Amino acid sequence: MRQVMTAEDLGRVTRRIAHEIVERNHGTSQIVVVGIPTRGRPFADRIAAALSDIEGSTVIAGSLDIGMYRDDLDTRPRTRIGPTTLPEAIDGKTVVIVDDVLFTGRTIRAALDALADLGRPGAVQLAVVIDRGHRQLPIRADFVGKNIPTAITDRVSVRFLETDDEEGVWIASDESE
Amino acid sequence: MRHLLTTESLDRATIEGLLDEADGFADVLVRPIPKVPALRGKTVAMMFFEPSTRTRLSFEKAAKSLSADTMTFSPSTSSLSKGESLKDTVLTVRAMGVDLMVVRHKATGAPWRIADWLDIPVVNGGDGAHQHPTQALLDCLTIRQRFDSLEGLNIAIVGDIRNSRVARSNIFAMTTLGANVMLVGPPTLLPIDPENWPVTVHHHIDEVLDRADVVYLLRVQTERGGGSGFPSASEYTQRFGMTAERFRRLKDEAIVMHPGPMNRGVEIGNDVADNERALILQQVSNGVASRMAVLFRLLEGQHDI
Repeated sequence: MRQVMTAEDLGRVTRRIAHEIVERNHGTSQIVVVGIPTRGRPFADRIAAALSDIEGSTVIAGSLDIGMYRDDLDTRPRTRIGPTTLPEAIDGKTVVIVDDVLFTGRTIRAALDALADLGRPGAVQLAVVIDRGHRQLPIRADFVGKNIPTAITDRVSVRFLETDDEEGVWIASDESE
Repeated sequence: MRHLLTTESLDRATIEGLLDEADGFADVLVRPIPKVPALRGKTVAMMFFEPSTRTRLSFEKAAKSLSADTMTFSPSTSSLSKGESLKDTVLTVRAMGVDLMVVRHKATGAPWRIADWLDIPVVNGGDGAHQHPTQALLDCLTIRQRFDSLEGLNIAIVGDIRNSRVARSNIFAMTTLGANVMLVGPPTLLPIDPENWPVTVHHHIDEVLDRADVVYLLRVQTERGGGSGFPSASEYTQRFGMTAERFRRLKDEAIVMHPGPMNRGVEIGNDVADNERALILQQVSNGVASRMAVLFRLLEGQHDI
C-alpha cells in the first residue's frame, strides 16, 4: 500500500477545485453540489465549505444515491438504497457531481440517470479527487484533484476522517495478478 | 433470503435491514419521478387465487416503481375454472418467463408448495388465516417511523385474531423487534393455544388502554366465519371497539392502526379513523415501500440458495 496524497494534499486540492468551480461558473449562485455516497459525500461537504469561504455565501452539499441506477445489480452481491437529499431544486441549475475516484465511468453514468429523474439541470459538471483512467464510457471529469496512472487491477483508496479513521490517498497493487 | 413466506423465521437483523431499505424506497416514492430502474427487465407475476384489491395494487405499484413488468393472474378468468391443477397453473406461468411470483391463496401453506415447485422467489401475499408477511413489514415500518424503535413498546392487537393472518404475521415480527404484544378479543376469536405464543391475552379493550403505545385494530372478518364469534356488531363495539371515548383515554402519543378495509362504527369509531394519530393511510403508503424492499432484495444480485 503506497500513499500518493496526504491529508494536507487533499486540503490543497479541495481549495483549488473550489476556486476552479467559481472561476468556471462565474460565482456560486447557480451551483448545486451533490456528493455520491460513500466518499463523494465528505469531499462534497468540503468543496461546499470552500465555496462558501471563497464567495461569502453559504453553499450546502447534497447526496445523490446511485445504487438503484447501477448497470451491474444482477452481479453485485448486495446493493443497499441510501439517502438522496438535494439542498434545493436542480432545474436550470449547474449541478456539480462530486466523487472520490473516477475509474470506469459507470458510476457517473448511473449518477446522470439518477439526476435526470430528479429534475432538469441546466448543466452538469464532475469533480473527483482522483482520475485513475481505464474509462469504459465516454465520460470525463471537469475538475480533477490528481491524475494517477494505474494498472486495472490496482485498488485506489481515498479516505476521509468522516468515513475512515485516517485521511489521504493510497494505492494497493494486487500482487496475486 | 430466497423467498418471503412467513415472518416467523425472520431474525431481527433481516427485518431491520428490510425496514431500512423500505425507508429508502419511501423517499423514492415522493421524488418528482417516483421510480428507479433497479429491476428493469424483470417480470413479477401476481398470482391471486383469492380475490384482493389493495394488496395486489400495492405489489403492482411496488414492482412498477422498480421498473419491473407485472402480470396479473386471477382465478375467475383462468383455466383453473377448466380444471387445471395449481401446479400446472404456476408452472405454465413460470414458463412464460417470470422472475418472481407473489401468491395469495385461501389455503394455508399454498405459497410453500408453490415455492417447492418453482426455481424462482415466491412472496406470500396472504395464505388463509396463516401469514401475510409484507403486511407485518409495513406495519412495523409505520410504527418505527413514529417511535424510532419497537423495543419495549406495548402493542395491543384487537379483534379477530384467530382468523387473522395479519395478526399472526405481526405477532412474530413485532416481538422479534422487541415489542410486548397484547392480544385482545373474545375467547371465540382468540387462538386456541395462546399460552404457546409470545403474548399476553385480554378479553376487554379497556384492560390495555392505559398502557398501549399502539392499538392495532383488526377487521371483523365475516367471510372467514368470524361473524359467529360474537353476538352482534354493537356488542363487539361495546367490548372491543375503538370509540372516541376510548381514544381519549389512550396515552397522548399512542397511535391507532388498521390493516383495512375498515368497518367504520364497528371496530373503529368514525372520528377516530380520521384522527391524525390513526396512521391508516401511512400504512398504505408504507405498503408500497415495504414491498419494493422485498421485491428488490429477492431479485437483485446473486443469492445463496
